[in-house]
Amino acid sequence: MEVGLNHFLILSTVVFGIGLYALISRKNAILVLMGIELILNACNINLIAFSKYGGLGVDGQVVAIFVIILAVAEAAIALGIVLNLYNNFSTVNIDEVDNMKE
Amino acid sequence: MSLYSILFYLFALIIVVSAVYVVSTKNIIHSAVSLFITLFAIAAIYVLLYADFLAITQIMVYIGGILVLLIFGIMLTSKITNLDLKTKNLSDLPAILFVAGLTGVLVFIMLTTNWKTVPEPSKNDITINAIGKLLLTDYLLPFEVASIILLIALIGAAMYSRKEKTIK
Repeated sequence: MEVGLNHFLILSTVVFGIGLYALISRKNAILVLMGIELILNACNINLIAFSKYGGLGVDGQVVAIFVIILAVAEAAIALGIVLNLYNNFSTVNIDEVDNMKE
Repeated sequence: MSLYSILFYLFALIIVVSAVYVVSTKNIIHSAVSLFITLFAIAAIYVLLYADFLAITQIMVYIGGILVLLIFGIMLTSKITNLDLKTKNLSDLPAILFVAGLTGVLVFIMLTTNWKTVPEPSKNDITINAIGKLLLTDYLLPFEVASIILLIALIGAAMYSRKEKTIK
């Protein structure tokens, strides 16, 4: 079967589902971050696929660049939060961290 | 089947298998290495979509930046010495059912929607020229805002993760 737009959309949906699973079922905060990265990558695949097959030029790719920039900022901030969690609670399991302040 | 299709199915298989391994393995270091493979294969998918600049950006930013950052996070928050890098899952079965249902609905929507596509996909050789022009004309304001956000994130992360008091 020749590859078309639908193939890329289904691939990105599957990656999104896997990332969402990591987001809602893993305990470790860093694995939750990895799930977010998978979801953002799925979004990027969609943007670039529509940029190619939708006849929209490279606008979709420019938006994908902004998504990558925001992913970098998000990863840096989130890791700072995770390191602070570890300093304060000595764990990164998100279900054991239920106080705002120790 | 053309070479394009074979490459697509190959990389899609790599992506799905390694992404499932990322979320299913108990060892968090294995997750990070598997995420490395996933991100590389996604860069290959970008190449198949004629997005060469995005593919290079993906490799440099995600693999060179975010993944190294994540591995640093793992190393700093786990007790490496007693090799206790295992993680546990939370409410596995409901999560799998929910995600499978949602993915099924989304795939159904993707397949049944009549997307407005062009019959002949554009095959631009080099996208850097066009992306650079767009970044400095139509997308100038988002570009500047993104740079401010990066600066804020840099200062914020440095301030936030600095130790302010002694460890209890």
